[in-house]
Amino acid sequence: MTSRTEAARTWERFDRRRKVGRFLGVLGALVVFVASWRFLDTGITNVETVPREINDLLTRMYPPDVAYVPEIVGPLVETLHIAALGTVGALVLAVPVALLAAENTTPNAATYWLGKLIVTVSRSVNTIIWALIFVVVFGSGPLAGAVAIAFRSIGFLGKLLGEEIEEIDFGQVEAVRAAGASSTQVLIYGILPQVKPALVGLSVYRWDINVRDSTILGFVGAGGIGVQLFRAVNAFAWQSVATILIVILGVVLASEGLSAYARGLTR
Amino acid sequence: MAAERRTWRRPTVFRRREFKWAAYLGIAAFFLWSAWGIGADPARIVRGFGRGLTLLGDFFPPEATPRQARRIVDKMVESVAMAMISTVTGIAISVPVAFMAAENLSPKPLYYLNRGFISLSRALNAIIVAILVVKAVGLGPLAGIITITFKTVGFFAKLLAEDLEDIDMGSVDAVRATGASPVQTLIYGVVPQIVPRFAGLSVYRWDINIRTSTVVGIVGAGGIGSVLLTAFNRYSYQYVSAILVAIIAVVLVAEGVSAVVRRRYQ
Repeated sequence: MTSRTEAARTWERFDRRRKVGRFLGVLGALVVFVASWRFLDTGITNVETVPREINDLLTRMYPPDVAYVPEIVGPLVETLHIAALGTVGALVLAVPVALLAAENTTPNAATYWLGKLIVTVSRSVNTIIWALIFVVVFGSGPLAGAVAIAFRSIGFLGKLLGEEIEEIDFGQVEAVRAAGASSTQVLIYGILPQVKPALVGLSVYRWDINVRDSTILGFVGAGGIGVQLFRAVNAFAWQSVATILIVILGVVLASEGLSAYARGLTR
Repeated sequence: MAAERRTWRRPTVFRRREFKWAAYLGIAAFFLWSAWGIGADPARIVRGFGRGLTLLGDFFPPEATPRQARRIVDKMVESVAMAMISTVTGIAISVPVAFMAAENLSPKPLYYLNRGFISLSRALNAIIVAILVVKAVGLGPLAGIITITFKTVGFFAKLLAEDLEDIDMGSVDAVRATGASPVQTLIYGVVPQIVPRFAGLSVYRWDINIRTSTVVGIVGAGGIGSVLLTAFNRYSYQYVSAILVAIIAVVLVAEGVSAVVRRRYQ
């Protein structure tokens, strides 16, 4: 009996229940992993040739085709246009959604859940799926791409902006209302100044994500540099593909830097 | 004049008001150029939304024949399986990459090499990676797994490396001072400090991987995306909306699981 008490006093990081929980969690993940591997067995018969194939692709890409650069300037600018317009469109649509999805500004429970629904659907459907839909609506071209980007961004902006609105100081809103302001004026003078830094920061952040996303819209015919990339890949013009990839890489990194800098200013 | 000067004006981040207006003007001009560049005139948008409403009517109600429903389930399981394998392999590869990409644990050349790899992985969209991998290894889930693994390494190694840079080097030094070998230092000094974040990040990335695995099929890399594209190309919009409902449902479940697990670890 004494020895058992002694053993119980040994320090342990986790109690028994948490240990078992952790163990079961990891075990469950491993079981699913193995089951997944077996399920996909038909497709994974040639894993050993993969490094060779990828190496082969990379050798064919080198050196990048510099003469191809003038041809991709136009599509690249189009990509930036899509990202910019998509972000603006999203901003216009996301502000009302955010007001609906914030507990303190939504008129009633039904509008609150409507706001949540819009946010959820927008976020769960990937940009490229939105693009598929809007290519049917607007025909192929960058307009479809910009609208797809906008619809994908509504969820992101609506959710984060809504959380921001929930944290504002409501006393100021009451003060503006007490001065006899209309609901539009309450919005402009009571709510907007409090969320403006967040609004600017989030928009810039989303713009940066949208630049990345708009590089792929061309695969389903929604404009941008993806059209060129798709064409080059299908023509097996690997050196042109390398050029496009390097250009995309440059633009994405530049927009990431710009976005980080602008967000630094708003903080 | 003097009184006017003393009027309080809200400060701006641009330091001078002229810069502020110049910046606003520049941004507005760029947006106008964008609108003109992609042909977004209001008439076309209005017409488009008319057609959008018609399409919305075609989408409802979501419908799938038993055969189509079986295909959705089949391909959805494939998507989830792809996400699961990619998460495990991605994390396994991320751990050494993260250690080599942490400034305080890795020599400079290795640090830059791994940072470069992380930037590359993060900058390229999953669909772009998928289309290249499909060309390299052929159509099917293997291409999807490679793609999502590659994307996982960029995300996971970056965040893990940042955690590693933030660890308390004092406890690492303490372990080393007891005469521990480099491996022992790693196991007893570094690893315990990052385990909680590690678990949270893994589940978070798994959740993102489920989302990604539902779309890489659009360029032939396996999973439900291929079914979606075929349905779109055949104009069977009710089938499309059934697939979309299935995708949204799976994504929501994954998000829920991930949120619950992360809350437990934090």
